[in-house]
This record gives sequence, structure tokens and C-alpha cells, in this order.
Amino acid sequence: MDTQTTMILAKAIVAGLSALGAGCGMSGGIGPGIGEGYAVGKAIESMARQPEMRGTLTTTMFMGCAVAETTGIYSLIIALILIFANPLIGYFNF
Amino acid sequence: MDVQISGPRILLSIPQLGGFVLTESVVTTWIVMLVLVLICRFLTKNLEVRPTRKRQVIAEWMVTSIQGLVKNDMGPRFVETNYVPFIGALFALSAGCSISSVFGAKAPTSDLSTVLGWAVVVFILITYNKIRSGGIGGYLKSFTEPVFVMTPMNLISEVATPLSMTFRHFGNIVSGTVITALIYGGLAALSHGVLGLIPGAVGGFLSQIPLFQFGLPAVLSLYFDFFSSFMQAFIFCTLTMVYVGGAAGD
Repeated sequence: MDTQTTMILAKAIVAGLSALGAGCGMSGGIGPGIGEGYAVGKAIESMARQPEMRGTLTTTMFMGCAVAETTGIYSLIIALILIFANPLIGYFNF
Repeated sequence: MDVQISGPRILLSIPQLGGFVLTESVVTTWIVMLVLVLICRFLTKNLEVRPTRKRQVIAEWMVTSIQGLVKNDMGPRFVETNYVPFIGALFALSAGCSISSVFGAKAPTSDLSTVLGWAVVVFILITYNKIRSGGIGGYLKSFTEPVFVMTPMNLISEVATPLSMTFRHFGNIVSGTVITALIYGGLAALSHGVLGLIPGAVGGFLSQIPLFQFGLPAVLSLYFDFFSSFMQAFIFCTLTMVYVGGAAGD
């Protein structure tokens, strides 16, 4: 194989593996999903027990969900970088 | 189907000023700020001791709810301070910037630089309050707690605070943008495929119009543009209040 073909092949491998990595990385969404589910479930239990605390509970629940979401957002950012602004492809531009 | 996600467009570039660029998000933020100032001017025109106009009631409700938030999350002693207008301005700007995507603009909050700027302001506030409450010695000493070995960890967690705030806000808004773009692309392709099944010139004509894009994206926009915008603005402000209130101590 000449150099041109090798470079194209290398780029193809990097692009394909990056897409795979982005997909695998988004499995980081599982954790926040489960965690938020627990949080909302517990909040609903508490609301059923004490309906007069509804406002405070809703606010606190959304707060907790937002903080729990952080790891999911991180994996989303990594996936976005891998797909739309891949830094690894640049190694093969010479 | 072609889906492209890119940064904000560069409208103006001045290389003489050290590569200064004027991006779309800056201009949109200016417009949002102008609209917010005009709304404030309108709501607070001809204030009276006993409100007779609806707009004064709305203005008072806004101020009271921000004061309530600050009182709950930072403590009662902050109600009379400048933190109330700061939090209110942050909330309004964040929500306004995210909602500007409804009017066809690219939301400035889907640009990392915008949100990073706010987070840096919050970080400066946190550090200022820590130094003011514990003195510069106490601030530096807090990095070596509980043991001296933990210093690198403490430094990382100090920097992680504004970064996680940035990525939370940015990621939520951008994920909405990406999902909306994917849905639009998918619906266009689906509509082209399904309407192309109609035989003759009618099908050929209809398949060029993405009819399926009608309806469903509006429902999603209700979530991503309105609910998510206000939610993220609220969360950003609440985190700001919690961190700054915690830094200020008792």
C-alpha cells in the first residue's frame, strides 16, 4: 500500500473507532437515569406522605436531579467532541 | 441527511485588536440584554405605593420571588444585599438567552464561552467571599484540609466547581439543539420516503415538502426551549446561591 492509502485507512479506522467510543461513552447516561429515577420516586413518596411540603420537595428534587445529571452531561460532551470536533483525526493530516 | 453542529458564526473580525472576533452569540446576548432592559423599564414605569396597575404587581412578584429564593438558599442576611439583583439578572439573562432560540437565533447558551463567562464570575464571587470570611490565610489553609496530602484534590475540586456548572448548563442546552436537529433531519427523510410512495407527479411534488416536520417538533420545542431553559437558569442560580452562601459562612 502507498502512503496515501495508508493515511485514508488510518483516518477511517480512527473515525470508526471514535464513533464507537462516542456510543459506548453515552452509556454514562445509565447511571444518572437510575439515580434520577430513585430521587423522583422518593420525592413522590414524600409528597404522598406530606402533600403540604410539595413546593420545597419539588425544588429540592429538581436540584438533586440537576446535580446527579452532571456525569451524564460529561459523557454527552465527550461524545459530542468525538463526533463533531474529533481531535484524533488531526494526527493524520500530514 | 446532513446534520452539522458547529460553533457560533463569526460576524466581524478585527485582527488589529489582537484577533478580536464578534460572534453571533455576543450579538444575540446584546439583543437579549436590550429586551430585558426594555421589559424592566416598562414594568417599573410610574411606580405607586399602592399598586393599581397589573405591571407593577408583576414586577413586585418577580422581586419578591427572587428575594425568597435568596432568603431560602443563602440565608436571611443576604436579602438586603446586592446579591438579589445579581441573581435576578443572572436568571433573566440565562433564561432569555436560552429562549432566544425560539425566535430563530442560535441560543448564546449553546456556546461554551457564554456560560463559561458566567461561571467565572461566580467563581470570583465564591473566592472573594471565602477570602472575606476566613482571611487570605484561612483561604489558603482550607486547601490543606483535612490533611496536607489532600491539597491537589482540593485544588482540582476548586476548579471543578465552575467547570461543572458550565458543562451542566451548556450540555443541557446543546443536547436539546442536537436532538431537535436530529428529529428535523429524520422527519424530513421520513416524509420524503413516505410521500414519495404516492405515484405520479403528485407524489413527486409532495415528497419535496417535508410535511412531517409539522407538529411534533413544536411539542419537543415546548420541553427543550421553555422548560429546559427555565430549569437550567433556575439550577444555575440555585447553585450560585448555594456556593456563594456556603463560601460566605455564618
